[in-house]
Order: sequence, then structure tokens, then C-alpha cells
Amino acid sequence: MEASLNSNWIVLPVMVPLLGALLGFLLPGWTRFIGLVSVVVSATSVFVLGRQLLLAGPVAHAVGGWGAPLGIVLQVDGLSLLMLGITAVVFVAVSVHASEFFSLPQRRHFWPIWLMLLGALNALFVSGDIFNLYVTLELMTLAAVALTALGDEPEALAGAMRYLLASLLGSMVYLLGVALLYHQFGTLDISLLGERTANAPTLWLAGGLMFAGLMLKTALFPLHFWLPAAHASAPAPVSAILSALVIKASFYILLRLWFEIFAPLTSGVLVEIAGGLGALAILWGSVLALRQQRLKLLIAYSTVAQIGYLFVGFALAVASGSNVIWGAVLMLVLSHALAKSAMFLAAGNLLHFGGHDRIADLDCLAQRLPLSVAAFGVAGVSIMGLPPSGGFAAKWLLLQAAFEQGRWDLIGVLIIGGLLAAAYVFKVIGPAFTPGSESSQVSPLIALRLGWPALLLAIAAVGLGLFTLPVLELLAIGDPSNLVGREG
Amino acid sequence: MMMQASLPLLIIASSLLVGLIIFTLPEQRTHLRTTLNLAGALIKLSLVIVMLWGVFHGQQYQTQLPLVPGIDLVLRAGPLPLLFVTLSAVLWLLTTLYAIGYLEGSPHRSRFFGFFSLCVAATAGVALSGNLFTFLLFYELLTLSTYPLVVHRGSEVARRAGQVYLAYTVGGGALLLIGIVWLYSLTGDLTFTPGGLGQALEGHSRSVLITIFALLIAGLGVKAALVPFHSWLPLAMVAPAPVSALLHAVAVVKAGAFGIVLVLYEIFGIEFAAELGVTGPLAVLAAITILYGSLRALYQNDVKRRLAFSTVSQVSYIALGVAILGPLATIGGLVHLVHQGLMKITLFFCAGNLAETLGIHKVEEMDGVGRRMPWTMGAFTLGALGMIGVPPLAGFISKWYLGLGALQADQAWVLWVLIGSSLLNAGYFLPVLYRAWFREPAGQWPQERHFGRKETAWLLLLPPLITAAMAVGAGLLAAIPFSPLQWVQFIVEGEGFLP
Repeated sequence: MEASLNSNWIVLPVMVPLLGALLGFLLPGWTRFIGLVSVVVSATSVFVLGRQLLLAGPVAHAVGGWGAPLGIVLQVDGLSLLMLGITAVVFVAVSVHASEFFSLPQRRHFWPIWLMLLGALNALFVSGDIFNLYVTLELMTLAAVALTALGDEPEALAGAMRYLLASLLGSMVYLLGVALLYHQFGTLDISLLGERTANAPTLWLAGGLMFAGLMLKTALFPLHFWLPAAHASAPAPVSAILSALVIKASFYILLRLWFEIFAPLTSGVLVEIAGGLGALAILWGSVLALRQQRLKLLIAYSTVAQIGYLFVGFALAVASGSNVIWGAVLMLVLSHALAKSAMFLAAGNLLHFGGHDRIADLDCLAQRLPLSVAAFGVAGVSIMGLPPSGGFAAKWLLLQAAFEQGRWDLIGVLIIGGLLAAAYVFKVIGPAFTPGSESSQVSPLIALRLGWPALLLAIAAVGLGLFTLPVLELLAIGDPSNLVGREG
Repeated sequence: MMMQASLPLLIIASSLLVGLIIFTLPEQRTHLRTTLNLAGALIKLSLVIVMLWGVFHGQQYQTQLPLVPGIDLVLRAGPLPLLFVTLSAVLWLLTTLYAIGYLEGSPHRSRFFGFFSLCVAATAGVALSGNLFTFLLFYELLTLSTYPLVVHRGSEVARRAGQVYLAYTVGGGALLLIGIVWLYSLTGDLTFTPGGLGQALEGHSRSVLITIFALLIAGLGVKAALVPFHSWLPLAMVAPAPVSALLHAVAVVKAGAFGIVLVLYEIFGIEFAAELGVTGPLAVLAAITILYGSLRALYQNDVKRRLAFSTVSQVSYIALGVAILGPLATIGGLVHLVHQGLMKITLFFCAGNLAETLGIHKVEEMDGVGRRMPWTMGAFTLGALGMIGVPPLAGFISKWYLGLGALQADQAWVLWVLIGSSLLNAGYFLPVLYRAWFREPAGQWPQERHFGRKETAWLLLLPPLITAAMAVGAGLLAAIPFSPLQWVQFIVEGEGFLP
């Protein structure tokens, strides 16, 4: 990868939010303004970065002029760009929602940490070495835990505590793997590691540890125990980001490590375990989602199931060795990020105005918040994997791969998962048609800021299916899945 | 050139965009909503007429957009797609008029008309789809857009009906998805091709192909209400009358039946399917559905439920006709797609009028209603007689060709099914007509509303009169160009069968 002239753009998505966070601490009266501006500027810089990538190929930047293996190298290829892009989109929409959602005293704490989370996520996606990945992962986790604890109820604190402990455990296990690799191969840079690694026992051990740690942080069944409490008790905008992006960050690292370091040495065991756990996650998460009485818990368990799809996709993509199936996995990541953030925002609105999120009693509320209910329903289309959503395009490609590989078990799981998802989505939508008392709708301005971000995210999730080919093209930039290189 | 590529897309967009705009309208903007609805319906109808004319003169229309690697979204216009899309465009216009009258003053009309338009857009998409993938896309959209219409009233009964509807249709969609992906993994081609995919199907295991066929037919059979997948249809009766009318005549059941036609003729190819041995079982299944639906209809006291079971029975004439090898039976099956639509929508409009004007929901309440509402019952009578197959009404033409086709294909048993079904049709329709015209009224109607000197609101009366006239015309004038029968013969020639 060669550094192009304007590689400084790569620094902005990281620096702008972090500077914003600092400013926010210093000027507590201006936090909301600073927060929104930083989010938008950071998103814009991602957009510019993306244009550069399209014109000139992968971008790398040595911070302070020090290259690997001594200094910190930031790099962007198609995979990073897609993750940066989805982060930008979801953050802008959710920030608009959050700007109305939080009361004044909460705002002061919320915005600086929020920006820190954004900076950490962006830094994670442009990091080129496994230690930096660890640092950004930790920063992200701490910010996420702090935001979870912002919730009003005592459960929020308990949920955050459990989240913190599980996350730290995951990070420690990951770090252990990093240390092993460094000890054996003397470098932390991913591409250098990729060149130096040989099929040594250490590599196996390190790989096992790092994957286990990342699976815990991604909440893959049965390591998902911390997720429902944390995601359901956090304030709605936070839940949205946790489900949409934070768990995807650890999954991204997993992909990255796989592509660059571990893939050449695969024996099927690790992949089989990942795929098998993913299949169990789909079934277990969906059934539990269906059994929930509270809306936010239902959505959280749905996330557990959707994480399962990522790992099933991972197994199928490894076995097929086709870039298209990796594209399907990315489509799942992107469409779930859009759809799930929409769902959490919608649920947050229902909770905010109704004072409760008991599914059985939602009917009266639905009449007052048509936008939020519509957002939930439209997002549901993608979660169920119905056309033309991004979820459908991904499911179609995965089914195709499963048929080619004769994986009847996975075909069954993919189909049953879709049916269960339909059951739990319509469990919420059904009551919305009950004619309630003709109570007034929420005032237009509030509806504008709280309702529309959710609906737009949901529409984006459904519309994404029409852009499958561009997503695949973007993913191919810099060949992150290393397919071309491996064949040659 | 531009026009040719975009016309199919425009036909779908005309109702899709209208639907999306209507969602955003506040409840009280009645006039704007009505204007949009009618404008959309009229634009669509004119586009369809342009396309009819073009296709008749050998013009090609195709829209193609790449979607996922290897598969495009393809919309095409040929004689067969046009048969269905014309039916839906004409009946959409009439049903919209009817719905405007029917729902006057009721709540949630923006939501209703929004989904109503989406449903029509999905139907047009099903009709125009150029490959199975595109078909699946619109088929599922149809499920999603009809569910809110079924549960529109929001009552406990409606919700339960909605749940059953979803369970069946989402399940059916899943079977269809499995079948389609499996087929694609074998053939790499899902394009609808007159005569079937041919070569691409050769050389694969017969049992796999039969399984795929069964999956596809089961998935489509749910919407086409083939026994044993029919139970959702009578329950879906809780929906408002215009919805029932559209569901039974055009949208849902016809999408299923049309899908069966496509799978048989343009994916497997009728000859290849016959060689596989799958057409025989399909014909038997259709025959069972025809008799079973009619038998159940006999015992229904609720007017709409009786009509619903009649739909279960009548829609399977289409599957029966296309499953019998030979051009005449195919003509009978395809033309019934249109004929059943015209007759059944008339019956449902009339049932809605009875319920709205006099509060009549049960057959036993219909004594003497012919005197109170002669126009409505006149239309109803024409529809019912057509269903029985009385010449020269539309239903007679369908049954005539089905019977001839059965003889031509040496399948005389089908004749007995047709005769049995016609007797049963008579058995459940004639008593209704007798009550309406020859019995004395019981005194007071359950819930009467007055409309001055008219028997009911003119927006409720006009649509059934028009559709009844069309049902008569389709039979009487079957020999003139552009009649459903002539168009179907045009299709059958194109499919490679010369009668």
C-alpha cells in the first residue's frame, strides 16, 4: 500500500470526534452543538476519504511520519471504508435523535462520551496493527459502558456492570493472544504478521485466544449473556449504537485477522465452530426474542440472533472462498446496523412517550406515534430478510452458497430464522392496528427529530438491497479478503 | 427506445409512488387523496393500453436492473404478463372508486389507500416480472402490503385473521424461496422463457427436480388457496369489502395462480413437466380443491364466507386448466384468470353493498332483497350465474374450453369434476338468488341506511354494474379482437401451442 498525497484525510474521522469530546468537557453549555457539529464534520471527512479511495485506491498514513513496525500506521481499504461509512451514517441519524432525546443534565455527560465512542470506532476501523486494534477496542468499550450507565433505572447500572466485566474479560483474552504473537513473530503490524506467520502451535493458540475474546465481545451464542441486559437498559440512542456498531467492531477485527493472518492456515475446525455457534445463536436468539414481553428486550435478543447470521455467513464464505459471499456477510453487517438502530430508536420513542415498553399494551401508543411504528415495521422487513432489503440480498447469496456446498443444516437454519423473525416482528406490529382512543399525535417538531431518523434508517436498510453490487465493488478495493493474492 | 425500456417500470411506479405519497397525507385531505388515487389508476390504465397496443404489434418492452451478482431485476411485457396486468389495472380503477365510496368518513384512510396502492404495485410487479427472482420480490411485497389491509379494522377477529394470513403466506414465501434458490443453484438461470428453460433442466436428478417443483407449487399454492393451503382465505374475510374484492379477484389469489402458470409454462415447460410426471398430481390437487371448496361453500351462512369458499374452488380452475396438456385446456385455464376476476369482484362488491346499505351479512337475511336493491342484486345474479357456467356468460366460456381441452387430452375424468362443480355452484348460488328475488322480505333490514331515491351510494353501485357488464361482455363478445378469449389465444400461440 502506498501513501497518497492527501492521506491526511484519514486522520480527520479520528481526530475530529476526539477534539470535540475534549471541547465538550471544557464547554459544558455547548455540548449539544459541539456534538452535532463534530459528528457531521467527521461524517463529511469519511465521505471525502471514500472519494479518494475510489479515485486512487487504498490509502495509508504513517502518523508523525513513522512507518511500521515502529510507528502507528493508519490505513483504509474497501472493508474499512464500508465500516467507516456505516458508522458515519448511523451516527448522524442517531445523533439527531439523541439531540432531542436527552434531558439537560444528561446531555453534559452524554455528548463528550458519545464523541469519544465515535472517535474510538473510527480509529478502530483505520488501525493497521493488532495492538492499536486492542487500544481502540478498549477505548470503545469503556465509552460504551459509560453510555450504558446513563440510563435512569437501576437495571441500567447492573446491565452496564455486567457488560463491563464481560467486555474486559474479552479484551484480556484478546490481549493475551496479541502478546503471544508479538513474542513469536516480533511484530504487531497486521500485514507484516501475515507475511511472517508459519503454521506454528503458537499461532493456533494465539488465534484461538483472540477469536474467543472477540466472540465474547461480539456476543456470539453462548457468550451473549451480557448483551440483552446491556442493550435493553441503555438509553435508546445508546442501545441503537451498541447493537448497530459496537458489536460489529469486534466482528470487524475478527474478519481482519482472519483475512490477513489466520486464513492461510485454516483447518476447518475453527470455522465449523463459528458457523455452528452462529446457527445456534439464530435459533436461540429468535426463540427468546419471540418470548419477550418487553420491546427493548425483544430487539436485543433479535440482535443475538442476527449476530448468528454473521457467523453462519463467515463459515459459508470461508468454505466458498468467493468474494461475493464475503460481500453478503458485509451486507448483513450494514443492513443490520441500519435496521437495528432504527428499531431501537423507534422503541425508545414508544418508551419515552408511553412510559413503558410492554408489548401487550403498545396498541394505544401506536396511534400516537405512527412514524415510529412505521420505522419499526420497515426495519422489520430487513430483519426478516424479505425483499428488496439488504437483509434479503444477503440471505439470498448465503442460501445460494449453502446450496452449492450442500449445507442443508444451514439452509434450514437460515429459513427458520427468517420465519421466527417474522413472528417476533409482527408480534409488535399486529397490535398497532387496534383502533385506540383518538388521542392527539405527538407535536410535529418532536416527531421530526425523534421519528424521522428512525424511519430514514429503516428505509435505508430496505433500500440497501438495491445497492448490493456497489457494496461488493467497494469491498473489493484493496482486496481486503486477500483472495486475489492467495490464488496467485 | 427510452419508452420501451421504462414502460414496465412506469406501470409499477404509477401505483407505487401514489401509495408512498398517500401515506404522508394527513387524514383530512380527502380530496387530494381521491385525486391522487384516481390519477394513479388512470395513468396506469393508459400506460397499460399503450403497452397492449404495442405488444399486439410485436413490440418488445423490457426493463433490466442488476441487483445481485448474476441476477437482474427484469420487468418485461409480453402477451401473458399483459393479460394479468390489464386485469389488475382495470379492476384497480373500479375498486378504488368503490373503496372511496365504501370508506367515506371512516378512520385511517391514508393508511388504507397507501397500502392499497402498494398492493396494486406489487400485483403489477408480479405480472410483469421477467424472472423468478423478480417474481419472488414482488410476491413478498404483496404479502407485506396486504397484511395491513386484512387487519385494517383492528378488531380482535381481524388480528387473528391477520396472524393466520401471515403464517400461511410467510411460510409459503419461505418454501418458494428455497425452491427458487435451489433451482438457481442447478440451472444458473431463472428467466421466464416461453416453452421453459429447456436445456438447463436436462441432466439433473428427476427426484430433485420434482422436489423443486413441489416446493414452488406449495409456495404459490398458499396464495392460490390450493387445498390444503386454503384456510387463510375464508378468515381473511374480516377485511373491508374492497379489500376482499381485490384479494379474491386480482391481487393475492391470482398472484399465486399466475405463478403456477409461469412455473409450468415458462420455467419447467409444460412438456418437460408432463414428462416428469408432475402435471397429473397438480391436476388432481386442483380438482380436489375445486370440489372441496364448493362443498364447503354449500354450508356457509355468512355471505362473504360463502363467496370465499367459492373463490377457493374457482381459482383452481386455472391450475386445472394449465396442468392439462393441450392448448384448449390451457386457454380455458388462462381465460378463467380474467373471467373469475370479473365475476368474483362483482359478487364481492354486491356483498359489500348489502352489508353497507342494509346491514345484511348472512344468507338467511337476504329474503326479498332483490326488491329493495334491484340493481345490486341484478349484478350479483349475473356474477352468480356466470360462476355456475350458464351460457353465454364468461364462466361458460372457461368451462367450455376446459371441458374440450380435457377431452382433447384424453382426461375424461376432468369432465366429471366440471359437472360436479357446476352442480355444486348451482347448489350454493341458486338458493341465494331464490331468496333474494322470490321470497317476501322479513320486514325490517338489520341496519338500513337511506340514500334518497337511489338504492345505495352511486360510488358503490357503479363498479359492480360495470364489472357485471364486463363479465357478460367477455362471454357474449368472446369472438371480437382484444376480448379476454382472443388475447388468451394470442398468448397460447406465443407459448408454442397452436390450437
